[in-house]
Amino acid sequence: MSKEKSNKLFEPALVKEALRQSFVKLNPKIMLRNPVMFTVEIGTAVMLGVCIWILTGEKAQGSFIYNFCIFLVLFLTVLFANFAEAIAEARGKAQADSLRKTREETPAKKLIAGKIEVVSSATLRKGDVFVCETGDMIPNDGEIIEGIATIDESAITGESAPVIRESGGDKSSVTGGTKVLSDKIKVRVTTEPGESFLDKMIALVEGASRQKTPNEIALTILLASFTLIFLIVCVTLKPFADYANTPITISALVSLYVCLIPTTIGGLLSAIGIAGMDRALRANVITKSGKAVETAGDLDTLLLDKTGTITIGNRKATNFWPANGVDQKAFIDACVLSSLADETPEGKSIIELANLSKDTFKIDGAVFIEFTAETRCSGIDLATGLRIRKGASDSIKKIAEKAGHSFPEETAEQVKKIASNGGTPLVVSQNEQILGVVELQDIIKPGIQERFERLRKMGVKTVMVTGDNPLTAKYIAEKAGVDDFIAEAKPEDKMNYIKLEQQGGKLVAMMGDGTNDAPALAQADVGVAMNSGTQAAKEAGNMVDLDNDPTKLIEIVEIGKQLLMTRGTLTTFSIANDVAKYFAIVPALFIVSIPGLQALNVMYLKSAESAILSAVIFNAIIIPILIPLALRGVAYKPIGASALLRRNLFIYGIGGVIAPFIGIKLIDMLLGFFM
Amino acid sequence: MKKHLLPSLMLTIVFVVICGGLYPLLISGISKFVPGSGKGETLMVNGKVVGYANEGQKFTLDKYFWSRPSAVGYNAAGSGGSNKGPSDSAYLKQVQANIDTFMVHNPTVKKEDIPADLVTASGSGLDPDISVQGALIQVNRIAKERKLAPEQMLALVNAHVEKPLLGMFGPEKVNVLKLNIVLDELKK
Amino acid sequence: MNTELSGVILTFLLTVLLAYPLGMYIAKVFSGERTILDFMKPVERLIYRISGVNPSEGMDWKQFLKAMLTINLLWFVYAFFMFLFQGHLPLNPDGNPDMTPDLSFNSAVSFITNTNWQNYSGETGVTYLTQLFVITFLQFVSAATGIACLVAMFNGLKHKTTNNLGNFWQILTVTTTRILLPICIVIAVLLSFNGTPASYDGKDAFIGLQGDTVQVSRGPAAGMIAIKHLGTNGGGWYNANSAHPLENPNYFTNMLEVIAQVLIPMSLLFALGFYIKRRKFANVIFGIMTLGMLCLVIPTIITEIHGNPEIARMGISQATGAMEGKEVRFGPAASGYWSIVTTIISTGSVNSMHDSSMALSGLMQMLGMLVNGFYGGCGVGFLNYFIYIIIAVFISGLMVGRTPEFMGHKVEAREVKIAALVTLLSAFIIKGGLAIACYTLLHYSNADWAFKPSGWLNNSGFHGFSEMMYAVTSANANNGSAFAGLTGNNIFWNALLGIAIILGRYLPIIGPIAIIGLMAKKKYVPDSAGTLKVDSITFGAMTFGVILIITALSYFPPLVLGPIAEYLSMHH
Repeated sequence: MSKEKSNKLFEPALVKEALRQSFVKLNPKIMLRNPVMFTVEIGTAVMLGVCIWILTGEKAQGSFIYNFCIFLVLFLTVLFANFAEAIAEARGKAQADSLRKTREETPAKKLIAGKIEVVSSATLRKGDVFVCETGDMIPNDGEIIEGIATIDESAITGESAPVIRESGGDKSSVTGGTKVLSDKIKVRVTTEPGESFLDKMIALVEGASRQKTPNEIALTILLASFTLIFLIVCVTLKPFADYANTPITISALVSLYVCLIPTTIGGLLSAIGIAGMDRALRANVITKSGKAVETAGDLDTLLLDKTGTITIGNRKATNFWPANGVDQKAFIDACVLSSLADETPEGKSIIELANLSKDTFKIDGAVFIEFTAETRCSGIDLATGLRIRKGASDSIKKIAEKAGHSFPEETAEQVKKIASNGGTPLVVSQNEQILGVVELQDIIKPGIQERFERLRKMGVKTVMVTGDNPLTAKYIAEKAGVDDFIAEAKPEDKMNYIKLEQQGGKLVAMMGDGTNDAPALAQADVGVAMNSGTQAAKEAGNMVDLDNDPTKLIEIVEIGKQLLMTRGTLTTFSIANDVAKYFAIVPALFIVSIPGLQALNVMYLKSAESAILSAVIFNAIIIPILIPLALRGVAYKPIGASALLRRNLFIYGIGGVIAPFIGIKLIDMLLGFFM
Repeated sequence: MKKHLLPSLMLTIVFVVICGGLYPLLISGISKFVPGSGKGETLMVNGKVVGYANEGQKFTLDKYFWSRPSAVGYNAAGSGGSNKGPSDSAYLKQVQANIDTFMVHNPTVKKEDIPADLVTASGSGLDPDISVQGALIQVNRIAKERKLAPEQMLALVNAHVEKPLLGMFGPEKVNVLKLNIVLDELKK
Repeated sequence: MNTELSGVILTFLLTVLLAYPLGMYIAKVFSGERTILDFMKPVERLIYRISGVNPSEGMDWKQFLKAMLTINLLWFVYAFFMFLFQGHLPLNPDGNPDMTPDLSFNSAVSFITNTNWQNYSGETGVTYLTQLFVITFLQFVSAATGIACLVAMFNGLKHKTTNNLGNFWQILTVTTTRILLPICIVIAVLLSFNGTPASYDGKDAFIGLQGDTVQVSRGPAAGMIAIKHLGTNGGGWYNANSAHPLENPNYFTNMLEVIAQVLIPMSLLFALGFYIKRRKFANVIFGIMTLGMLCLVIPTIITEIHGNPEIARMGISQATGAMEGKEVRFGPAASGYWSIVTTIISTGSVNSMHDSSMALSGLMQMLGMLVNGFYGGCGVGFLNYFIYIIIAVFISGLMVGRTPEFMGHKVEAREVKIAALVTLLSAFIIKGGLAIACYTLLHYSNADWAFKPSGWLNNSGFHGFSEMMYAVTSANANNGSAFAGLTGNNIFWNALLGIAIILGRYLPIIGPIAIIGLMAKKKYVPDSAGTLKVDSITFGAMTFGVILIITALSYFPPLVLGPIAEYLSMHH
């Protein structure tokens, strides 16, 4: 498994499996889940009966060939719908299977009464403890109870950089299928076999435990009622036709019925839902329910951690500001010297910014001064007697003033300026004399503003959560373009914010990894736990992001919206199609007894039989034609709801009215060669 | 249900009294001050009621302006139209018969000049009016029958044309009964 | 400009001009603000005291519907027995007889539901007692019932989250005393000044100019004719309804009556805007409904002015248009306009005989009733439109990628289910009823019944089919107008239409009230940029599309076999 995921919609192997499943799904018990298509199956059976009836001598129902053609086309309609569902399932399953494959049948070093015993991973139960050493594949999901290790998670995430996992804290969780690169860990199994998130997701995709989502249920009801309306249309047409003295064949009534009911959306509905989850999976997000994906489309508020999401990791040095009369080069040298032993990201970034090799500095015999909470500065005492200190401005100021040196005014000003720009000033002194200021800044991720802008257009409010003081938080919030922020945040602040938003009727999503995030993850409508996070966090959320990418929420929101949009647009398309079908079939039925109705035959279809046949054929083939759209989803564009509605109405509403006129006419012309 | 029954019953009684009793009584009382005192405006000849100003009457004699065909024979104890659809064959025969009858009695009239209202039944069967054209094409017949100058008749019809509301809204028309009463008075 | 067309345009403009301030007034009445009719307060207090009603006691949607249904049931029982025994009761100067039980049933149902389908003839089928104490009374309270139910919806929309839809009895009372009665008095007086009878005298007789003895039916009609229009009831005092020269004496009264019937449905839209403080929402709906009306009115007027092509073939010029079933004083334009207004509004009064309308006009009239939501009947018009809104909200919500919301409340499975059921119901009643009628006509044509089905229709062929379709459509829409050639006073039609009327009235009221009751209880979701704005023109157009598609798809086949076939065959 790598990042290259197949984007081909119809892989031969999958198609083969899907074809087989299309027939398996003909079982009426399975069909019953989809009332619209179930009635088509009944119609097919009726047509089969009619064909047999004709063979036994019935004359009034038209030719056998024609009736048999109708039967075949209806049968194909059912198969196409089944195929749509099956191919979606197959794709989802293939995706999940390949994730799962990696962990199956890996040997596990199970710890039994203090002794290591090699067993199959499949036998591991919740609570068992196993050991993994360098080079071992982790056999199951679990939590590190002892040790620290670097782990290659590329099998799951596609990210090649190894990650560090250690016992305790928020990075204690390991996933089955990943590989230990160094060190040794003891892991306690956290899931029963078959109950890991992946297993759950596979079950969802396979349909066994797939529950219809609320919107899907509502849509099914609407479609069922449309189906009933058209059933009434067709049943009552018989006495109406009798009044008009027109004989109507069973095939005509069944064809009219099948054409009118929303078979297009009915046939694709479950495929759309499965494809939604599949798309989430392709984005490396495991969802625990289809509902969560749907809810994601409705989100109003996103809670995002500042660090790692909005800003790149930690602060970085961005500028050296030497005091008056201090040489720039000397100042930079001093800064680098003071940071040589500083292992903090800030310290490293100073060296990076200076772009000088460590080797140019002779530091034999030097003494490093560690940062302490009391001194609030760090530094180095060189063998030459040079004392360099680096730290918060007030603590360095104290040192300087104590030695009788003044704090230069322009440095004081610079300090103030940096602070008010959301940065952190670090003052550097040499032998208690102020040399200048190093500016540290939060680096906002490139492109993040655009993403927030996009979210804003979708109607999603973004909230930044940070431990910074309100001033700095405000500055970064403004710069990154988030709508709100929580400064000096404690875990319970997140929770309170979520609750407050929810009281206002909003749907809130958050991302988290730590155990202390768990309550908030559970409270949020969509809680995305990082795969690297603790087991508690993963249990509490309703999605797990395998990439540990905090901006993933944006993708999830779009996937949710696409899911709904695909359903909505295909419903519209399906219903709009009926207009043309009416114009094809109704004149065909009555034209003999009411010649005036020729005026309604706007498509100039050749004969009644070819008109009806064209309509049912169109009705059947539109399903496979739309399968790619159902699987890929309708593209979401954050252009505002009204504009989006106009766009989709134009494409799928107006287009849905016009397309079948053209399609049916073309099919009728083709049929003309045979009839 | 029980909680709702008593208020429902009392409200019903109250509103039967107000809407069915008091309200029509009030209107009836006010109508005492309108022409015809709320019983319908009548037209008199020699002190005798000969008709209601708003209700059409059957006129079949050649000396009178004819009213429109009526599905109820201008019986004002009832009312109604023919309820014939535009394509019904029996109905179309009836219209043809109306045209033929009219042509027989008005031989000077060209068929295309006959306005539709003279050969089709009105909605109420009591239409008091005919179109201006409908009156004009009868002038020759009546002038001949009554031995009057057609010009005089024309002037009479024109004087009885009722203009649209405020001169701007709705059709022009001629009240047949009123015109015929004046016609009778002319003779004397 | 043609004076007939200018008359129609003036009529419509006057309607809008009057409806707007009336809407403002209605909103004030129901929000309890001060109005010029506050002097009615003591009367209302007296009514509450007599009835034992606490006007400030709120009702949730179930209680509200129970109160509504209980009083309607009571009215049915009252009306049924009054009709059944009317011949034996006072105020019967013309000596008209009792109604048969089936006719009593049909008539009682018809008037409690604001339908006013009349299977009897006004001059001979009812007495002054039933005309006033049953019919006029019911014309007030059935209209007030519809308005009360709409006000319940207003209340549900006004508050972010609420259980309280208002007190049914209080709204019913105030609607009658503050809105219906005062306006009716003005209309009735205007009518009587223009020649509509208002006295209690019985039939008159005299000898006409040609020497024929003529009888004239009269009666206290003016008051009833006022509420018949203002309350979108439509049941006429006389058989010919507002084509009758006493019921509708001249062009002015014609304008008055046609304005009166649109007045409240239109002003209720504006009232909605004022009441829930979403004027744009109301205005867009007004625009869409007006557009819908124009789509029906314009072809109708054109085809009526052009006249009957069959008569044109006889060599008649028809300069005044198609005149069969029409009155000269109104002409084809005003008759065409009226015929559409009365069918979209669910009034069902007529100033021309719809059965004799051109085929295309008949199609438009039926479409008006099938939609039943362009302005629509008193109160119920918007309730019907609301169902279309819910479906439009649902589909378009999905199309913009968000769980559908309407005014801050999520539209979920339960709401969709109710809306779908209501839509389904109409299709079921209309086509089911029509199918039964066709079947009976074909298979029991000469059955040994008191009235043989072979005698039902006054027209043959497609138009005969249209007569039956119009009847069930009108019953389901609670309209009451008819292709009156159909002989409806027999057990079959009295029962079929009676049942259609009941189902067509109460379920489409219960449905929307239940939806609003359920939605109002839900958490309020504030708008965001991703929320579909229901007050946008885009959404209005979407609703219009939903109406168009649902109506067309549900009823295309019978419409083709009736009016469309007739039209195409005539122009073939």
